[in-house]
Amino acid sequence: MSQSVALVGHRDYTGSKLGMWMFLATEVILFGGMFLLYAAYRSDYPGDFHAAAGELNTLVGTVNTLILLTSSLTMALSIAACHHGNRKLAMIMILVTVIFGGAFMVNKYFEWMTKIAHGIYPSSEFLLAHPKGEIIFFGLYFTMTGIHGLHVLIGMVLLVGMFFKVMNQPNAQVSFLSGHGLQRADGGRLAMLDPNGVPLWKSEPIDDTMERVVVKTKYWPVKSRFRVEDFSLLENVGLYWHIVDIIWIFLFPLFYLIT
Amino acid sequence: MANHAVVADTSEVSFYKAKSRWGEGLFSWIFSTDHKRIGLMYLALMSVFFLTGMSIGFLMRLELIAPGRTIVGPETYNVFFTLHGMIMIFMFVVPGLSASLGNFFLPIMIGAKDVAFPRLNLLSWWLFLAGSIIAFASLFTAAGPPDTGWTFYAPYSIHTGTNVPMACFAAFVLGFSSILTGLNFVTTIHRMRAPGMTFWKMPLFPWALYATGWVQVVATPVLGITLVLLILERFFGIGVFDPAKGGDPILYQHLFWIYSHPAVYIMILPAMGVISEIISVHARRPVFGYGFIAMSSVAIALFGSLVWAHHMFVSGNSELANFIFSLLTMVVAIPSAVKVFNWVATLYKGSIALETPMLYALSFIFLFMIGGFTGMMLGILSIDVHVHDTYFVVGHFHYVIFGGLGFAFFGALHHWFPKMTGRMYHQIPSKISWFLLFVGFNTLYMPMFILGWEGMPRRYYDYLPQFHHLQVVSTVGSWILISGVIIMVVNLLRSIRTGPVCTELDPWGGGRTLEWTIPSPPPLENFEEIPIIDRGPYELKPSEAK
Repeated sequence: MSQSVALVGHRDYTGSKLGMWMFLATEVILFGGMFLLYAAYRSDYPGDFHAAAGELNTLVGTVNTLILLTSSLTMALSIAACHHGNRKLAMIMILVTVIFGGAFMVNKYFEWMTKIAHGIYPSSEFLLAHPKGEIIFFGLYFTMTGIHGLHVLIGMVLLVGMFFKVMNQPNAQVSFLSGHGLQRADGGRLAMLDPNGVPLWKSEPIDDTMERVVVKTKYWPVKSRFRVEDFSLLENVGLYWHIVDIIWIFLFPLFYLIT
Repeated sequence: MANHAVVADTSEVSFYKAKSRWGEGLFSWIFSTDHKRIGLMYLALMSVFFLTGMSIGFLMRLELIAPGRTIVGPETYNVFFTLHGMIMIFMFVVPGLSASLGNFFLPIMIGAKDVAFPRLNLLSWWLFLAGSIIAFASLFTAAGPPDTGWTFYAPYSIHTGTNVPMACFAAFVLGFSSILTGLNFVTTIHRMRAPGMTFWKMPLFPWALYATGWVQVVATPVLGITLVLLILERFFGIGVFDPAKGGDPILYQHLFWIYSHPAVYIMILPAMGVISEIISVHARRPVFGYGFIAMSSVAIALFGSLVWAHHMFVSGNSELANFIFSLLTMVVAIPSAVKVFNWVATLYKGSIALETPMLYALSFIFLFMIGGFTGMMLGILSIDVHVHDTYFVVGHFHYVIFGGLGFAFFGALHHWFPKMTGRMYHQIPSKISWFLLFVGFNTLYMPMFILGWEGMPRRYYDYLPQFHHLQVVSTVGSWILISGVIIMVVNLLRSIRTGPVCTELDPWGGGRTLEWTIPSPPPLENFEEIPIIDRGPYELKPSEAK
């Protein structure tokens, strides 16, 4: 008697999206804690914040904003390229996004280093001689842009991973039954049937010695047969990139444009 | 896709015996993505942590048996209550019922084969292990164990030389683990329910886990960022919580309690879910007011997230803020009371079997009500000013968390023991241990209400002579309580091997939820065929209804 079993490791597109959005919510709340502190201290020390913000270089901030906004565009383009089955363009766009992320970090590095060279960093003697509101402003500035920068770095690492994933996509590996799931097939064999029930492929007989059956399929979805499930990981990384971008959109005016 | 795998039918074996690519040893557990194994691994770690935390509590009580120095000095006592709090809160009650038994039973109760993200589930456990190791490492590295209390209040936590940053980092990692568990469970409940199981046909334990999951996801990041800021404060002196640099320590308290008050509901909500299950099974009655209990979980999660500043009534909040937070605190009592009324109504005219889980469930209701009522007293502004930071608060907290979550946990362990192990626990020692726990618990914590009312402050290693009598009573209570815990733990561990074999699907004869329809212990994939749900979780089968 034969029966059908489900593929192990089912892909639930909506489920993975739901999980990702919940994770993004935690990121928003994580930064929300810092924005809360910013709001409280800015209302405590409006004058000091105004004066301290004058120290920041609006030009560098603006350039960085443009860089991140453009990187969000290229991120979206790489996903759109996948939807159109254009692997090469998708890979190029991922790389461009990584490069924009890197450019942002380089700018940030020089900006921080200039501040530190001027003696402006947490607990510096120069800063401690200033009013308390300025100490807090720069404490928040280094903390918030630092944690944001860490997120950009993580995003870049994830994107490099995505680059290789998209590159290797045609060699998708499907574990039909792996490990413990295999015992349900004990004593039988696995087979792949076409819609008419004609076997395309049969496995060895399955007994205690077999650990897993892995089928490697080669395909690259074309536009007409695009399966969104294949790219949910890239889309999730894209969502992450966008949230990091959006957080910067709030950081920029709150630190650079309040003079 | 037109891929069909053809297999022969095989009989089901339990998940303990199922083949794994890691063989049968330790690796088949620590690398398993099976939700049942992960649940049991959480249970094992948490049991160790609970016993550790309990031992430290025992030492604290021993110190307090007489005024002045008894066994340790004030510095060591500070370390004791910090560790007791850290271990019990972050390593036992926050993962609590949801990560251990929730992991085991959530997919089964909603008719799924596993959680939505099995690998993420394993990652959660690994983060939990890593966070715990870091927490213990903080005791032996740098300038010695933290002595700030588990709340890490600034500015003392900034200026104490002890190893606060590492302890904070441990709590951060543990919090991340908690977020991933919550995220996983919410997604699982949204996406993996068996066909036909609408939200209104879902059992109450999953309902409670759903509400808990949201609180975990929404509240925990606030703690994460607070602790990160504290670490940055210690290493770089950013100044945000340091009054010397213009920072405001009260903001630390706000951020800390924005997480840590909802965390109380992370602890207690799954316990309430478990109690609904136990009472229904052992009173042989469908849960009375099912919809109200389900919604009250959501209401508690919602309102419980808006009451944090009631921890800060004497910290200098504005009158208006205090008034609003006091009012909201009273509001949370309503859904909690809805649950208690419905549990009691479920018992009414039920066929009550005083099995050990039921004894725990009934004592839960009693202890939780005392904890709840004293909590309302603390929520009243005038009384709070009188008893703030006294033993009254300690008593209230332990009645809610230990009397609530602790007793529900022990009840759940007994209730699902035959399902998890395929054996029944030994009856007589289980009832003896329940009795000792109940008596010991009240002897230990009841005097704290009186001591607190009379002005005994919390976290002091010494006290005035007039508190001596009740302190001795309380310490004696801790001995009774601990003997009860030891008998219970030994009994359960023994019963895994020597308990009477119990492979019936439903050993209690009153289970209606899905875990009672599959073998004990469950097979690897839980269900041979995913069930189709056509009635409410506690309704009678049509054949029984006649």
